[in-house]
Amino acid sequence: MQSLFQQNVSLTLRLIIVMITCITLMTIDHRQQTLNSIRSLIGSYIIYPLQYIVTIPVRTLDHASESLASRRALLTENEQLRTENLQLQTQQLKLASLRQENARLRELLHSSSDVGENTLVAEVITVDQDFYKQQIIINKGEYHGVYLGQAVIDASGVMGQIIEVNRHSSAALLISDASHALPLQSNRSGTRTIAQGKGNPNELDLLHIPNNTGLQPGDLMITSGLGGRFPPNYPVALVANVVIQPGKQFAKVTATPTARLDKSREVLLVWPNTPPQK
Amino acid sequence: MNSALRHFWTINLTLMVALMLTLFPLPNWAEPFRPEWLTLAIIYWCMSLPKAIGLRTSFTFGVLLDIAMGTLLGQHALGICIIAYIFLKNHQRIRLYPIVQQGFIVMIALLIKQILFLWIYGITKRAPENLWLYFMPSIISMLLWPWVYAVMRDIQGRFLPAHR
Repeated sequence: MQSLFQQNVSLTLRLIIVMITCITLMTIDHRQQTLNSIRSLIGSYIIYPLQYIVTIPVRTLDHASESLASRRALLTENEQLRTENLQLQTQQLKLASLRQENARLRELLHSSSDVGENTLVAEVITVDQDFYKQQIIINKGEYHGVYLGQAVIDASGVMGQIIEVNRHSSAALLISDASHALPLQSNRSGTRTIAQGKGNPNELDLLHIPNNTGLQPGDLMITSGLGGRFPPNYPVALVANVVIQPGKQFAKVTATPTARLDKSREVLLVWPNTPPQK
Repeated sequence: MNSALRHFWTINLTLMVALMLTLFPLPNWAEPFRPEWLTLAIIYWCMSLPKAIGLRTSFTFGVLLDIAMGTLLGQHALGICIIAYIFLKNHQRIRLYPIVQQGFIVMIALLIKQILFLWIYGITKRAPENLWLYFMPSIISMLLWPWVYAVMRDIQGRFLPAHR
């Protein structure tokens, strides 16, 4: 009995030590960035392999459904893609001349011209993280040149930014996360604002818009490039709702992200101001 | 293989599998219903082999879970260690309870952990919107407990027969 009693006492003592350790860790982690290196080390070498193994069945199923798709379906898709490609190429034709014209005009104005952007396609490994954090893990990391704060976009708009870089994977915070905000500009009127996430993948709050705003539902909001984190002129959201609040300082404006935040399988990483490599 | 090594590998491998189950991708609607696999596995080992598992293992796996989930380092570790402590301290009593009653105790322990998390989320300004969905994992884990218990007992019976 004596030994049992002693073991219990030391157990309580050990719990207290563990609790103090945990609370210290949490405080440091919340206030400073010093633990991030440990986090990314363990993340790269223990968690990433586990995530990789766990997502194998899902990826295999995806792959299988692709390879088992009927010939007819493939033909239809092929046809569709060809049409789309043709349309895009036509637009591209115009774009080339427009770009040249733009460069000429910029030269006339003696302003620095756009160098262009380099992109890399990354695959989303998991979105199933902490339920209250809108975050995705992608399969490109430090090895591929990904850096902290890099913009992540998909085919239809801005998705988020990189918040954690591991060796072969990285985590991106989505624009819909409650702790994320990015500077925007209306494509039509040029009104500048800030879009803040609210934890809902289909809604953003646009902050500090005066009541006499010219914004209308359906307006396209694009990145303004202010702050230097996101490259300018990428579509972000469509204004969904403008509620004028007389007596209050600002109107209540919400917008719907154009990117498919909860559905995209592939995302693009953008390196701004680097000439695109062919 | 000697007994201590055998215990070490069996326990750590089951906990690893539980961690992988936690990482397994689910569709978005099913996400709030994910049971707390790792905590359940730790509860089972604390209850049935209190000598072979301790706060150190619980802490290690808690930190791994924190890194995997992107929560604050130490958050899950703290919750899991407190639960491990409750079950280590009372293992002789809880082992004798009928399985349904054990399930209730598991749920209460998980609720304690989630309320603690709610507090941490409050401090770090990330409160969940829907409290019903937030507490769902505890309830699902309670419903799954008899099954988890049976599976884990089988594993123990097969790989660690000396302790049956």
